[in-house]
Amino acid sequence: MGELKLMKGNEAIAEAAIRAGADAYFGYPITPQSEVLEYLANEAEKRTGMVILQAESEVAAINMVYGAGGTGKKVMTTSSSPGISLMQEGLSYIACAEIPCLLVNVVRGGPGLGTIQPGQSDYLQATKGGGHGDYKLLVLAPNSIQEMVDFVKEGFDLAFKYRNPVLILTDGVLGQMMEKVELFDQIPRSKEIPSWATVGKPPNRERNILTSLNLQPELMEKHNEHLQAKYREIEKNEIRVETINCEGADYIFTSFGLTSRICIKAAQLAKEKGIKIGIIRPITVYPFPYETYAKYADKVKGFFDVEMNAGQMLEDVKLGVLGKAPIKFHGRMGGMVPTPDEVFHVFEEKFLGGKE
Amino acid sequence: MNDTLHLAENLVYKRPKTLINVAMHYCPGCGHSTTHKILCEVIDELNIQSEVIGVAPVGCSVIAYDYLNIDMQEAAHGRASAVATGIKRVLPEKLVFSYQGDGDLAAIGTAETLHTCNRGENILIIFINNAIYGMTGGQMAPTTLENMKSTTTPFGRNVRKMGYPIKMTDLVATLPGTYYVTRQSVHTPANVRKTKAAIKKAFEYQRLDRGTCFIEVVSNCPSNWKMTPVDSNKWLVENMLPFYSLGDLKVPSKEEN
Amino acid sequence: MAKVKGDVIIDIDVCKGCLLCVDVCPTKTLAPGTKVNQKGYIYVVKVNDDCTGCTNCSTICPDAAITVYREKINK
Ligand SMILES: Cc1ncc(C[n+]2csc(CCOP(=O)(O)OP(=O)(O)O)c2C)c(N)n1
Ligand code: SF4
Ligand code: SF4
Ligand code: SF4
Ligand SMILES: [Mg+2]
Repeated sequence: MGELKLMKGNEAIAEAAIRAGADAYFGYPITPQSEVLEYLANEAEKRTGMVILQAESEVAAINMVYGAGGTGKKVMTTSSSPGISLMQEGLSYIACAEIPCLLVNVVRGGPGLGTIQPGQSDYLQATKGGGHGDYKLLVLAPNSIQEMVDFVKEGFDLAFKYRNPVLILTDGVLGQMMEKVELFDQIPRSKEIPSWATVGKPPNRERNILTSLNLQPELMEKHNEHLQAKYREIEKNEIRVETINCEGADYIFTSFGLTSRICIKAAQLAKEKGIKIGIIRPITVYPFPYETYAKYADKVKGFFDVEMNAGQMLEDVKLGVLGKAPIKFHGRMGGMVPTPDEVFHVFEEKFLGGKE
Repeated sequence: MNDTLHLAENLVYKRPKTLINVAMHYCPGCGHSTTHKILCEVIDELNIQSEVIGVAPVGCSVIAYDYLNIDMQEAAHGRASAVATGIKRVLPEKLVFSYQGDGDLAAIGTAETLHTCNRGENILIIFINNAIYGMTGGQMAPTTLENMKSTTTPFGRNVRKMGYPIKMTDLVATLPGTYYVTRQSVHTPANVRKTKAAIKKAFEYQRLDRGTCFIEVVSNCPSNWKMTPVDSNKWLVENMLPFYSLGDLKVPSKEEN
Repeated sequence: MAKVKGDVIIDIDVCKGCLLCVDVCPTKTLAPGTKVNQKGYIYVVKVNDDCTGCTNCSTICPDAAITVYREKINK
C-alpha cells in the first residue's frame, strides 16, 4: 500500500507529477490552480531535479512544453480555463507534431474571465479539438483526488504510448478540496530517449524533425490520415467508464467529474423513494463511451444529464442514446455547483412531475 | 591551368557538409540562404552537429530544417524562443538556437523574445531583419522603415499611424539576461565573415552558460522589395544601415572570458 | 615572387543567378551566363582565368554554389 495522505487536489497533482518522474513543468499562475506551480516550486527540484519554470504567459508555457516535450522528456503544464484557451494554438501544433505531454485544466466558470469558482464549461473545447484542425486530446475526467493522482501517472503513460497530448479535465472544487489519497511510490526519471526525439543528431542516425507543417497537400493529408488512425486506435483501446446500478435501473443519471459525485448522492435520495437510478460516468470524455449509453438506451425510461455548463457533454450523450430514450438536462453555470437535493428535485420535476 | 590546383590541399572553400545538398527554396540572393550557409559552416568548424538543436520560425525560413542536417523543431509563429527555452531547460548541455524573422520575433513573438532574453536563457537567437513579412508577400513588419512601402503601407509607413520601426536588438541589449548582442549583415563578403564569426562566438559563449546571445542579421528581401539582389544590397546600405547600424551592442567584458 | 592562382567551380544546379558573386569578384572572372538550369535560373559562368581564389564569391554566394581552390605558384 502506498503512502496515505490528506491532500488538496492541486497539491496532489503536483505531488503525483514529481512521483511520476516528470522531467519538467512550465506554467503560469491562475486561480484555482496556482498551488500546482507553488507546490512544485517548493518540492520538485530538490527531490528529483525536475525543471520548474514560471513562464511569462500560458502561450509561452505551452510552447516550452512543445520544445521540452520534443526532446522526449516527460513534460507537463497546468492551467485553468482562460489560460487553457491561450494554449489552444500550441496544443494544435503539439498534437500535429505528435509530442507527448500532460496537461491539467482546473476548470472555472466562463466564458471570458468568468469566475474563479468551478465549472465544467470547457468540455467541448477539451473533447472536440479546441484549437484549429482535426486533432484530439486524450481527455481524462477524474471525480476524486485519488483519480487525479492516478491519472497524472497514467496520463504520462498514455501520452507516450500514443505520442499524443493528454488532458486531465478537472474543476475548481476538485482542485481546492482535501481528500485522503494513496500516493504511488516515486518513479525514477527516465533516461530513455525515444527514437523521434530532437536531442542533437548523432552521426549514426538521420536528423529528427518535429514539425506540424507540410506544404504538399498530399503529404499533409497522409499525416492527417495517420493521426485519424491513431485516434481510432485510442477509441478502440482507451475508453473508460464507470457504471453503477445500471442493470434494471428505471432511469440513468449521467455526468462527468465532480457532478458525477453529486449525481451518485442524488441517486441515493431517489432510492429512498423507491426509484431505481443507474449512473453512467464517462472517465475518458475523449474517447467517449457512446456504447455504454447505447447498451442501456432501450432498457431505461430516460437519461438525466447533469453538468456545470449549458449542456456540453449532452451532445455526446445524445449521440450515444440515439433517440431511443428521452434525455433531460440540468446545468448550472458561472461557477454554481448543483446540490444532490437540487438534482433530485429537478429530476422529479422533469421526469415524474410531467412538468417541463 | 596547372594540374595541381584542384588538389584537396588547395581547396579553400566548399559547401559546408551540414548544409544538405538540395537547392534551397529561398529567392535568388536572399540573406536567409547566406545565413543558413554560414550557420552550417560554424557547425562544421566547431564540430557540434550532434550537440545542436535548432528551432525554425514561421516565415520564409519555416522549413530551415529541410536544409540544416541537424535535429530541429518547427515552432508556431513567434514562439520559437519559448520552444528553445523548453529544449534548453531539459537539455542544458546541448547547444540550442532559434532562427526567426522580424515579424516572428518582433511582432507576434515580442513577449516570448523579451522574456527569453530577460530570463537570460542560455541559447542563441538569430534574428533575420528584412524589414518586411517575406513569406506572406510583403506586408509591413514591425521593422519596416519610416516611409517604406509595403503591401499594407502602399503609401509608405506613416509612423504616426502605424508605429515606429522597432529596434529589438537595442531593446534586448538593455536586459541583464543577455550576454552577447550584436547587429550584423550579410550583404558583402566582409560582413558575411563578421556574421559568421559572431555566430561562432555565440556558440562558444553558450558553453559558458552566461546568458542569451542575440544576433540580428540586417538582411534583404529582393522579391518583396521588388529589386534585383544586387540592388537590394545597395538599398540595404542606403536605407537599412543608417537606421539599423551595424556593430556590437553588448559584448562580454574581457575578464569574464 | 610567389603568386597565387585560383579557380572556382560553380554548381550550376544550385546557382540561382543572383549575380552577387559577379558583383564582388575583383578579377571579373564571373559573369552572367546564357543557359538556364533545371530550376529555370540563368546560372553564372567563368569568363577568364584570372581568379586569385580570394573566396569573395563563395562567401557572398547565398546558395553555397561555388567551390574555390587556391595555390601558391613560385615563378
Ligand atoms: C498565428 C499566425 N499568424 C499569421 C501567420 C501568417 N504568417 C506567416 S509568416 C508571417 C510573417 C513572416 O514574416 P517574418 O517573420 O518577417 O519572416 P520572413 O518571411 O520575412 O523571413 C505571417 C504573418 C501565421 N502563420 N500564424
Ligand atoms: S520572399 Fe524575401 S525573405 Fe522570403 S525567400 Fe524571398 S527574398 Fe527571401
Ligand atoms: S575566388 Fe575571388 S577571384 Fe576567384 S572568382 Fe571568386 S571572387 Fe573572383
Ligand atoms: S552568388 Fe551563387 S547563386 Fe548567386 S549567381 Fe553567384 S553562384 Fe549563382
Ligand atoms: Mg521579415
